[in-house]
Amino acid sequence: MTAVPRDPMLPVLFRIEKVRRDLSDTFTMELVPEAGGEFSFKPGQFNMLYVFGVGEIPISISGDPGDRSVLVHTTRAVGAVSSALDSLKAGDQIGVRGPYGTAWPIESAYGQDVVFVAGGVGLAPLRPAIYHAMNNRERYGKVMVLYGARTPEDILFKKELERWRGRFDMDVLVTVDRATGKWSGNVGVVTNLVARGGFDPLHTTAFVCGPEVMMRYGASALEKKGVARDTIWISMERNMKCGVGLCGHCQWGSHFVCKDGPVFRYDSVADLFQVREL
Amino acid sequence: MVKPDDLGKIIDEHPFFQGIDDTLRALLVGCAANERYEAGQFLFREGQEAAKFYLVRAGTVAVEIDVPGKQPIVIETIGEGEVAGWSWIVEPYRSTFDARAIGLVRAISFDGKCLRKKMAADPALGYEVLRRFVPMMAHRLSSARLQMLDLYGPSAKPEKVKKAKVKAAGKTKGTNRSPAARLAKAAKKSKKDS
Repeated sequence: MTAVPRDPMLPVLFRIEKVRRDLSDTFTMELVPEAGGEFSFKPGQFNMLYVFGVGEIPISISGDPGDRSVLVHTTRAVGAVSSALDSLKAGDQIGVRGPYGTAWPIESAYGQDVVFVAGGVGLAPLRPAIYHAMNNRERYGKVMVLYGARTPEDILFKKELERWRGRFDMDVLVTVDRATGKWSGNVGVVTNLVARGGFDPLHTTAFVCGPEVMMRYGASALEKKGVARDTIWISMERNMKCGVGLCGHCQWGSHFVCKDGPVFRYDSVADLFQVREL
Repeated sequence: MVKPDDLGKIIDEHPFFQGIDDTLRALLVGCAANERYEAGQFLFREGQEAAKFYLVRAGTVAVEIDVPGKQPIVIETIGEGEVAGWSWIVEPYRSTFDARAIGLVRAISFDGKCLRKKMAADPALGYEVLRRFVPMMAHRLSSARLQMLDLYGPSAKPEKVKKAKVKAAGKTKGTNRSPAARLAKAAKKSKKDS
């Protein structure tokens, strides 16, 4: 198969192969190029998904970077375009532009412990990096996934988390913000899981993704454990339009999130987190 | 029955009191006891005298609040290496939540009255205990505030997401162009623009 030719501003027609409902408002789509071919990307990158007649939104890729035959996106229906995406079925078509943006530097963490800290749907953009770590397990020290969700019913990729936890070579800790007596797992914020440690902070690379406040506190908890700022990576979300740094919609300080991000090294943006209303 | 020497060793090894001075540890041991709770047993209940606090050695304790007519809501879990209970140090020494063992819990308990008396008599002990409790209390307060923010937004109950009425691409009525044709036109336009 040949690679799909891509002009960065021109959507390519993709067909929805499969739709899976993850949560009441979150779903995962598997897409294949209508013209055939493969789609390659790096963990952490995103695509602009175009619902014809409705609009275009940036969505992180949530599939396995090792599998180029299918493009996987996990989306929460919150606005007009994402709700429109939610109404599509297998066999329908959408336009895809991308992949765009910077990637999780998962390969530069070879030889280190890796800690993935995710909150809510923030697990989706981290999943490709987790797949990479699992596919190259021997290249890493400890691999830990620390995941926080609102309630037990809101845990994304639940079966997959259970499967990962069943492996003997990675640690998966899940916590929820609140639960009833039926839940026998952790309750509390995801930063509490960071505080428990279990990794070597001096030889750890951490990847954090979730709501901005969670990332701020997550990075701070990692720092408190002794993880250096320059080995913590975060993924930002902003209102993106063009995807290539032209329109300026996603400007964050001196950065364009679509082009300079979404993945940033924490020490390069930590000060921006302290700027109000940015 | 755990001997005082062994209790001292356990206390020293627990992250909460790790590295504490030998003399102060000996004072702590005098108020300590080894305890075990089966799943479902309560370590303390809301409103009761906060007689003890616990260094959790193994297992998980759920801190929960009882809601009449509903399942209790778990607001926090406390695991191995952590501390359960701080109302023993705050007047009027009443527990503000329930604490229930989720599975088998092994813990070292400390008699609040006994320790308060020793802390009042020995300011060095009082300072050392408070020096360790205050950051833990601040951390719990900060965590509780974060939890209140409801960071992860909506989901949970199957809410009906208002779906925009979108015709499946390729089946759109009222237009003469297929998505592929529209893309071709966009490509042509983009060439023109450049």
